[in-house]
Amino acid sequence: MADTAKAKGGGTARSTGGRRRSRKDSTTSATGGTTSGVADEKPDVLLDYYRRMLLVRRFEERTGQAYTQARIGGYCHLNLGEEATVVGLMESLQERDYLYTNYRDHGYAIHKGMSPRRVMAELYGRTDGVAKGWGGSMHMYDTQTRMLGGYGIVGGQLPLATGAALAVSYRGGDEIVMCQLGDGTTNIGAWHEALNLASLWNLPIVYAIVNNFTGMGTTVEKSSAEPDLYKRGSAYRIEGVRVDGRDVLAVRDAAVDLVEKARSEQRPYILECTSYRLKGHSVVDPAKYRTEEQVAQARANDPLAAFEDQLEKAGVLTEDKKKEIADSVKDEVADAADFAENSPPPDVSTLFDYTYATPVANESRRMPADPVFAE
Amino acid sequence: MSVITYRQALRDTLRAEMLRDDNVLLLGEEIGLFEGSYKITEGLLNEFGEKRVRDTPISEEGFVGAAVGAAMMGLRPVVELMTINFSLIAIDQIINHAAKIYGMFGGQTSVPMVIRTPGGGGQQLGATHSQNIELFYAFVPGLKVLAPSTPADAAAMLRAAIRDDDPVMLLENLGLYNSKGEVPDGDESVAEIGRAAVTREGGDITLIGYSRMAAVGRQVAEQLAEEDISVEVVDLRSLRPLDRQTVVDSVRKTGCAVIAEDDWLTYGIGAEIAASIQEGAFDYLDAPVRRVAMAEVPLPYAKPLENAALPSAESITTAVKETLSAVGKRVG
Ligand SMILES: Cc1ncc(C[n+]2csc(CCOP(=O)(O)OP(=O)(O)O)c2C)c(N)n1
Ligand SMILES: [Mg+2]
Repeated sequence: MADTAKAKGGGTARSTGGRRRSRKDSTTSATGGTTSGVADEKPDVLLDYYRRMLLVRRFEERTGQAYTQARIGGYCHLNLGEEATVVGLMESLQERDYLYTNYRDHGYAIHKGMSPRRVMAELYGRTDGVAKGWGGSMHMYDTQTRMLGGYGIVGGQLPLATGAALAVSYRGGDEIVMCQLGDGTTNIGAWHEALNLASLWNLPIVYAIVNNFTGMGTTVEKSSAEPDLYKRGSAYRIEGVRVDGRDVLAVRDAAVDLVEKARSEQRPYILECTSYRLKGHSVVDPAKYRTEEQVAQARANDPLAAFEDQLEKAGVLTEDKKKEIADSVKDEVADAADFAENSPPPDVSTLFDYTYATPVANESRRMPADPVFAE
Repeated sequence: MSVITYRQALRDTLRAEMLRDDNVLLLGEEIGLFEGSYKITEGLLNEFGEKRVRDTPISEEGFVGAAVGAAMMGLRPVVELMTINFSLIAIDQIINHAAKIYGMFGGQTSVPMVIRTPGGGGQQLGATHSQNIELFYAFVPGLKVLAPSTPADAAAMLRAAIRDDDPVMLLENLGLYNSKGEVPDGDESVAEIGRAAVTREGGDITLIGYSRMAAVGRQVAEQLAEEDISVEVVDLRSLRPLDRQTVVDSVRKTGCAVIAEDDWLTYGIGAEIAASIQEGAFDYLDAPVRRVAMAEVPLPYAKPLENAALPSAESITTAVKETLSAVGKRVG
């Protein structure tokens, strides 16, 4: 619990110390580690991260808007408040690495390499969407960029990602798999089964827990008997690290460290990133269960505002730069929305295109009112 | 031609497919050192090693899901679930994931995997170990569900399942593992998924079954032939896709039908077949379609109770004769 409190309240430096951290630190909180601060980083890199985070922020705001205007349907979960975690995690992966996530997947899709246009088109349910309009918000997928799916069933992605790592290991490849999950998901059986298999079979996988302290409306304290989530792999001898998910550099350093260890040692690791959900669970959730205090706390922990402030103070983000980035992000998001708007919806004649990959005799292609035997 | 058991047909095919394709690997509980609860994987660990014959912990959701993930990456995992009852632990990965990944992501990635698992009552295993819940899987578009009743079909269907790019459930049957049948030597035939077969021709009545019930159906037909009753036997073979046309064509010829199924009657596979017959052969029917199915109880352990609850050659014979009397056909 102490660590949770620290992570929540702490505004202090929050790096794991990256590759410098020694093996004996296994299963420890990273909140007290060494700082890899703004001062150590190239301005270009910092500005790039800032832009990426801002892109997630604006993309998600636009998504929320389009949802309210009924241009987007279904369930829709946003990465608002998790921008530093999203960007930090994605920066740690190589192009050849694979990614599995839960349904809160828009930011990951974009920063694993999908174009915001095609992600937005998927949200709109259009043919140019990454899954041609078959998946929607919760199911971003792209073979090219190796994001092998957002998954709407809580925990569903865990055995799958573990199996993808098994395939990598079977073939002796040097890719790793990252599997993102939420705090609430550490309570489902699939999590424990996946960890056990990954450890037994020495699989190159990093499980990245995004701890936003809530699963829908239920807090970590109310759902996890061990609320220090990075410790939950200890029963499977999997080393876990906690990092402040509001700090993009800290997340990146910790993630790079574990990703490269997973790769070189062929072992699974757990990385817990703590951050705050700025809005409700999904777009339609007014989050009435949150106290005023909690709302204020989330706002006070806005990672984008904090990073912006840091970069301004360090003299990296000038007024001009800020405006330039804001404008270009605004344009990119507007362009994505235009693209989605103008992409055609799928034709009903394609309804039976994707039931089976291998064509099969007697596959039913009847429409709801058709007789079974049409002669 | 050699006469081999259903078990050996499966084992020989697994081995041949592993020799043919390095991407084929086996996963399951006790399939390696123990050589399989029903010895389908006998000798395979020795021959192929731990990498390709992977003993899993008791973790059905975990290893079935891992097989789905490995299949997404292009491997061809063949999973053994000790019995179909335990598939319930893995049902989320089978129905919500294996069956959905190809379509839900717009046809980008197929899931070329096989789940082999036996069902079947009659072994005095009690209520939780004797179920035939193939219906749960046959209900789901995206899955292919096969139920062979002969050694030759077991081999040809397993071969087809492994080479197919979609998730296939191959339903084996505890009551059939020791059954024998002819398999051509050096057989390489690949079954066509989605096709039923008329395994015995006849003119008086159509008897429809799958898996053990198709085998029992053929015995019944043979016996009734001695009484001059000509039974046509349709073996469904594929529960999804379902070959309604073959069923209906037969019923149009005979004018009446009995369905034999090892699952429970209400909402069962037979209900779907009966509905299909009334849609496709309404004008040809001379009698109501009869279903012979398991009594609707959790299957008891005690032998007399278990025997009474399960469909048998006797109960099928009774239903056939009663149906023939109803249509006024002579009953021997
Ligand atoms: C198996 C399953 N149970 C319940 C749900 C409904 N549900 C969707 S998201 C969610 C909360 C998950 O929380 P967490 O893992 O913390 O992820 P977060 O939404 O905070 O990113 C629940 C209960 C579901 N989708 N799947
Ligand atoms: Mg959460």
